[in-house]
Amino acid sequence: MEIVMSIVIGIVFTVSVYLLLSRNLIRVILGTLTISHGVHLLLITMSELQRGAPPILNIGEENFTDPLPQALVLTAIVISFGVTSMLLVLGYRTYKEHKTEDLDQLRGSADE
Amino acid sequence: MTLLHWATISPFLLAIFIPLLYKYFRKIHTGWFVLILPLVLFIYYFNYLPVTRDGGTVTEHVPWVPSLGINFDLYVDGLSLLFALLITGIGVLVVLYSIYYLADKKEKLNNFYVYLLLFMGAMLGVVLSDNLIVLYVFWEATSISSALLISYWFHREKSVYGAQKSMFITVFGGLSMLGGFSLIYVMTGTFSIREIIANVDLVTASSLFIPAMLFVLLGAFTKSAQFPFHIWLPDAMEAPTPVSAYLHSATMVKAGIYLVARVTPIFGGGATWFWIITLAGLTTLIWGSVQAVRQKDLKSILAFSTVSQLGMIMSLLGAGSAAYYFNDGDNLLYTTAILAAVFHLINHATFKGSLFMAAGIVDHQTGTRDIRKLGGLMTFMPITATISLFGLAAMAGIPPLNGFLSKELFFTGMVQASQYGIFNLDTWGMFLPIIAWFASIFTFLYCAILFFKTFRGKFQLEKLNVNKVREAPFGMLISPIVLITLVIVFGLFPHILAYSIIEPAMQSILPGILSAGERFEVYITHWHGFNLELWMTIGVFLIGILLYRTMSKWSKFGFYQTEQDIFNYVYDQGYDGLIKGSQVITRAQITGRLRDYFVYMCVFMVLLIFYTMFKYDGFMLSTDNLSPVEPYMWLVLIAFVASIVAVPFINNRMTAIIVTGAAGYLVAIMFTIFRAPDLALTQLLIETVSVILFMLVFVHLPKLKKEKIKSSTKIVNLIVSISVGAMITLVSISAFAFGSETGFSSIREYFIENSKVLAGGYNIVNVILVDFRGLDTMLEILVLAIAALGVISFIKLRLKEGEDV
Repeated sequence: MEIVMSIVIGIVFTVSVYLLLSRNLIRVILGTLTISHGVHLLLITMSELQRGAPPILNIGEENFTDPLPQALVLTAIVISFGVTSMLLVLGYRTYKEHKTEDLDQLRGSADE
Repeated sequence: MTLLHWATISPFLLAIFIPLLYKYFRKIHTGWFVLILPLVLFIYYFNYLPVTRDGGTVTEHVPWVPSLGINFDLYVDGLSLLFALLITGIGVLVVLYSIYYLADKKEKLNNFYVYLLLFMGAMLGVVLSDNLIVLYVFWEATSISSALLISYWFHREKSVYGAQKSMFITVFGGLSMLGGFSLIYVMTGTFSIREIIANVDLVTASSLFIPAMLFVLLGAFTKSAQFPFHIWLPDAMEAPTPVSAYLHSATMVKAGIYLVARVTPIFGGGATWFWIITLAGLTTLIWGSVQAVRQKDLKSILAFSTVSQLGMIMSLLGAGSAAYYFNDGDNLLYTTAILAAVFHLINHATFKGSLFMAAGIVDHQTGTRDIRKLGGLMTFMPITATISLFGLAAMAGIPPLNGFLSKELFFTGMVQASQYGIFNLDTWGMFLPIIAWFASIFTFLYCAILFFKTFRGKFQLEKLNVNKVREAPFGMLISPIVLITLVIVFGLFPHILAYSIIEPAMQSILPGILSAGERFEVYITHWHGFNLELWMTIGVFLIGILLYRTMSKWSKFGFYQTEQDIFNYVYDQGYDGLIKGSQVITRAQITGRLRDYFVYMCVFMVLLIFYTMFKYDGFMLSTDNLSPVEPYMWLVLIAFVASIVAVPFINNRMTAIIVTGAAGYLVAIMFTIFRAPDLALTQLLIETVSVILFMLVFVHLPKLKKEKIKSSTKIVNLIVSISVGAMITLVSISAFAFGSETGFSSIREYFIENSKVLAGGYNIVNVILVDFRGLDTMLEILVLAIAALGVISFIKLRLKEGEDV
């Protein structure tokens, strides 16, 4: 499972980086969204998968999966939501101000 | 901190109060407050004279960063005391002179005296520190304060140019010197000069000996304006004249000389050291004196003359280092060159200081420094003319002034060096006195030009910028008069200095040569009999006078008409090239495209990680400790991969939102499979909110279009993204294999055991978040709050033209 997951995560990263390299601002935002999926899955894969019960004490189990990476990923999910929403609104406002979502047209200063 | 430490840093302390004194005592010239300090310091350092005169030294230790071997250790011996006296003594005279020179009410005296005091403190630090790193820090401080003083009239373009040039060259040298010091540390394990000299065998035996020597010398040569780094010194003449007299002739430019003298016991004794320093010195000597003849500006002549005199002292230090080569009892015979170096160092400070001040007076009273406009000033400025006459006569080497004595010693040193019979000197040695002799002819010539073109000849009032030429105010004349008195006194009675200052300084430059209780013989006299040196001096006078007499003939040649030093051209071209080159690189790299920056980061990261993994054989694959993949999981995975891969191909906004949303929900399902119910819950929640947010915003955004990008760019994008993906997969597989191979136990047990006991919760993930790592979660909430504020302001904030947040 871990090796399969590694390959899946590799694919997620490939697609995300491709999206991030795009000229379209909306695709870049979508790229950040998918790359965070990749990171979360990577973190959780690094702790051994499917060993023991969910880390809740009073369900009558003895072995639990590692709770620490889960706590980390939980934090990461929330933060990535903050990033995505911020970027979305930034993209929205950029489009309102400049009437374009093409990053090539948005670049550069006046003296170039 | 001892009194010696406080004395050394006292200029810095006073500098703090200068702006206040300037602000609240506008009636009194700020210089009067400053004047007290060097005077007190001079007296203070003078008290050390009895100690060093008897060969004693004083060491004061203050730890600074002991773990790195960096300590603020001060060390007073003959050499450092000589410099400390020069710095404070000339300092008194220069400050006094500056009070009259900068008498204009509009001058920014607060800046001037702060910089001057910074310099004074830094320079004292350079000559008194025993620790190489501390020395380096003070060394760079002198470079900075020098640049600040050169650009004191910063509204003049040439001042800024000169300041920048001096800064570039001296800081470049300073940095390479730091490299040399580091190499010395590598060899000996200490930064203390005392200890390095005690362990000099470690240095001599090391293979780093030559690189360390070259780096240190680069620092010394740039600071002391040795050929071809001398070009900054003439441009530094844009500084106010008191600064030129102080920094750029008497003290700072001698820091390089000091350093060479200081490290002679470490590096001296070999042929490399001997030849590099002697040749650099002699080249500088002749180059500077020839260039000086070509100059038309009083201060430029003096600047090149300083360059040439510094070269002379440098070459003497090189020739004198041969004393280390002879380890028998005869080596005392070879110390004349060092004697000449120390003696000339003092003499040069006296006569060149007074000459700069006289040039400043001429400039101040006539408004020009161009010798083509000046002339006949002797009648109007008799005192200044007398000062210049004595100063120039001393520099030209006319008896009985002090310059004559040291020049004779210089000839003696060079003639002796040519007869050493070591370091191939039997072949090449004869050139040393010949070069010295030629350079002295030019020295004589420019001294004659300087005096006769300024003070004799036709007086041309119409070419000057003033209506009437008067002698300078008396206060302005005091300092040069004091210096010129010293020129005469040292000339007539050189033995005042002989065993009080010169001999202790020689002992510091050449320690370990004398046996206990022995002293160097310092024999300075005007009359040696009819020997080679005397004939050389007479030859210099005769040819010099002849050349001056025929000046009207050779002054028509292009050699005299142009005055630019060709190395300035090299510097200017190099400087322009540097700026243009960096512009080209920057323009190519900083394109303003998000994509390009992202490509740089990805490519660098991929190369770095692949290289590291390849080099240390980091790829690993372990199939031992894997968990099973149930058939239904394949379904989830395939659906997930399919939805992710589909995203780039979608050109419809709605579809894109739905597909990414689906991918997010599938991640939630995966979390469930991986026994992470909390994550699944959070992911579901967040994904729902995200989709709603996307929906809201997308109404206002344009439709997704198929991108029109070049196929070559597309291929590059594909390659970059695939290599990043492959890298992540490989890292992930290897990391997992590494983890199960090493078998480190996870720290999960701690949380499982203590979750109930310490925090009273059953859900361990939640307990970690709100209890064990509660502070992190709090800050996370803060981040979210900031993001929320950002979102609100992006939506709500509407600024009018020119309005600020």
